Amino acid sequence: MAAPAPQMITANRLIDGEVLYWRDGAWVSAFADGTVYDDPKAAEAALDAANAFVRDNVVVGLYAFDVRHTAKGTEPVKEREIIRAAGPSNRTDTGKQAGMGPQEPKDIAPINL
Amino acid sequence: MPLIKDGKFTADRFIFIPDGQAFPEDGGVMVTLDRFQSECETLLAHHQPVAVRLAANENPEVLKDDLAKIAAIALEFPVYKDGRSFSWARMLRDRFGYKGEIRAVGHFLYDQLAFMVRVGFDAFDVRQDFRIEEFERAMHEMTYVYQPSVDGRKTVMNIRRGE
Amino acid sequence: MYRYDEFDAKMVRERAEQFRYQVERRIKGELTEDEFKPLRLKNGLYLQLHSYMLRIAVPYGTLSARQMRQLAFIARKYDRGYGHFTTRTNMQFHWPRLKDVPDILHHLADVEMHCIQTSGNCVRNVTADHFAGAIADELEDPRPISEIFRQWSSFHPEFNYLPRKFKIAVSATKKDRAAVKWHDIGIEIIQNEAGETGYRVFVGGGMGRTPYVALLIGKFVSKTDILSYVEAILRVYNEYGRRDNIHKARVKILVHQLGADEFRRQVEVEFAEIKKKGTLQLPPEELQRIETYFAPPAFEALPDESPEFDAAVKADKDFADWTKTSLTPHRAKGYAIATISLKNIGKTTGDISADQMDGVAQIMDDFGYEEVRVSHEQNLVLPHVRKKDLSAVFARLKALDLAEANAGLITDIICCPGLDYCDLANARSIPISMAIQKRFSDLKRQHDLGEIKIKMSGCINACGHHHAGHIGILGVDKKGVEFYQIQLGGSGAEDASVGEIMGPGFGKDEIVDAIERVVETYVKLREPGERLLDTYRRVGMTPFKNMAYQEQLHAAY
Repeated sequence: MAAPAPQMITANRLIDGEVLYWRDGAWVSAFADGTVYDDPKAAEAALDAANAFVRDNVVVGLYAFDVRHTAKGTEPVKEREIIRAAGPSNRTDTGKQAGMGPQEPKDIAPINL
Repeated sequence: MPLIKDGKFTADRFIFIPDGQAFPEDGGVMVTLDRFQSECETLLAHHQPVAVRLAANENPEVLKDDLAKIAAIALEFPVYKDGRSFSWARMLRDRFGYKGEIRAVGHFLYDQLAFMVRVGFDAFDVRQDFRIEEFERAMHEMTYVYQPSVDGRKTVMNIRRGE
Repeated sequence: MYRYDEFDAKMVRERAEQFRYQVERRIKGELTEDEFKPLRLKNGLYLQLHSYMLRIAVPYGTLSARQMRQLAFIARKYDRGYGHFTTRTNMQFHWPRLKDVPDILHHLADVEMHCIQTSGNCVRNVTADHFAGAIADELEDPRPISEIFRQWSSFHPEFNYLPRKFKIAVSATKKDRAAVKWHDIGIEIIQNEAGETGYRVFVGGGMGRTPYVALLIGKFVSKTDILSYVEAILRVYNEYGRRDNIHKARVKILVHQLGADEFRRQVEVEFAEIKKKGTLQLPPEELQRIETYFAPPAFEALPDESPEFDAAVKADKDFADWTKTSLTPHRAKGYAIATISLKNIGKTTGDISADQMDGVAQIMDDFGYEEVRVSHEQNLVLPHVRKKDLSAVFARLKALDLAEANAGLITDIICCPGLDYCDLANARSIPISMAIQKRFSDLKRQHDLGEIKIKMSGCINACGHHHAGHIGILGVDKKGVEFYQIQLGGSGAEDASVGEIMGPGFGKDEIVDAIERVVETYVKLREPGERLLDTYRRVGMTPFKNMAYQEQLHAAY
């Protein structure tokens, strides 16, 4: 019987929608910095701990997802998570891959209406 | 649960008696539609005022010949997303001219209160920590209305036409 | 176009503040996410794969230059410098922050725009023919009644918690450019035998898991009665639409389950009561008052032929190519309707940069009577351009990189954002769309192939309208890997039809080849004058299917 897939945990920050990854007690922005849980029980405990941030209205859309260990490093199993970790594949100048996710509004003057 | 009626916290004149439970000695009772239909005579003879609580899938049309005898109708929101009771309230007011209390019970949001008043609700079973200022605020979030409704408020079209 | 009076203006301002209060309560935890979600959806705010997404209403696809410039400003200030036009003629921004949305709503209110009910289980943006007011054979402009529907549906107290979303579209010509039969309510403006103008009302169209073409319910509804009639339909739906299963909750399920006759009967009972009460009867003066906002501009008296235009066609091959697909005859002599394709080869369907928005706004000011339309096929339309100005318009478009000469051709692909953006998606759609465009980029070949409407969705929610594509493509997820299913024979026009599924899906490295084999089958079998849709309707699925799977490259499904 195949071993259960290692998992990571993700959510979106409520206030700006930024995708976050769980790193043992805190949230980080980059997939590469997130904690990988090879043990399903540890993953479950981490999800539990992360839930506190849902209850505190810091994050929304919390879930665990499968990853796999490859020669090149750890990567998500599903295409959806690969895209979520990087950004839109059609606009590589946006999203995490470009350091251009949700941001502070730019300080530009309103137009003359 | 706290009850708001006509914009104020009010004592509830009804006790909800679940199906199968005996009625109290006196005082107004609220019963399910099933119970109202099967025990109508007893209720009206001995347990006035009578209120009927409808589930969201129960069309109030079935009560149309008894409305004069019913002091209040509670319409349920099993979840706030279930908007059927908006239509049931409107039907009771508009089609059947019901003048008794129409009460919202179940799970609904502050954000639905203004709509509910427009379609004919005048009483609300609210959550324990609900403050009356919230009700006031809900009533004033939007100054104008586009649609005619049971509340008879002037619509924007009426105002534009100087009606 | 419609201009807000003080009442409309106050509504959108108060709505922005209402949402600000909802956001505050959410952040404080006074609203759970479960409670907040329908409230934010009613202001067009989704939580997507990377971020929030904000959907701005473009009522009946009409925008002024001022509004276009404000959208550019919002794109620059709050987003990544671009926006996306959707198949419901709305604009989407992919990167707003929740905390900034109330401010964005105020910027929109500054130009008479809003996000009201662009999502959620309520009546959505009302769409209409993008050639309204410009095309010769329309009975009348479909937008005044659309504006009346917009006001009637906004903050409707009874119909804001429907079983599911509700979409209305209006058309006024024999050719249906608004895909009315694919909507929950589709309205055709017609004239009866007595010469009276009124409405034919179709109910129960829709895409998604169970696609349906709408059924004729109201054979002729008068202008005074139409609001009462539509209210009756919504009431029957609100009371009896299914709420037990989100995939069975659209009015199309109710209509097709009851059958047209029984559904009509229930509507007519309700309609009679509403009509008796009288408060929703539409006074003719009110309709006329709204109509004056949509009065056509004062067209110049011009000759039908334009020597400047003819000379430019002779002199500039690029311009000549563009005129072959981008122009539609206008009701006024010497004018043309110009389509701006937002389908650059190898670029994202329907996307437009802030600079391009500003450029289009300038064209609107200089040559376009300050108005532009968005079509459900994700292109822009300048409804009124003098023929003599067309080459100048083209030069501007070229400078803006908006001069792709493919409107209505195979590379004019309708495509949802898909898995690159959308939380609901199963597969990416944009890269496939780009790859198909690149494969067919040769303009001569495109012209030879003629009208082929490819529509692609990244999931069964069908925001790319794949069921209505001559060639429809549906992205599916098979064990985390993207696959693409082909459908043939759909149509969003007056001959509305649901596309037929061809068979097992193709992998992302196979789908473009499969599409090419489908197209080559058409070329082999077509008779003179036949589009791909016509050939398919004549010969059926089998020849196409045989060719598509010929290479045996697809995975078993």
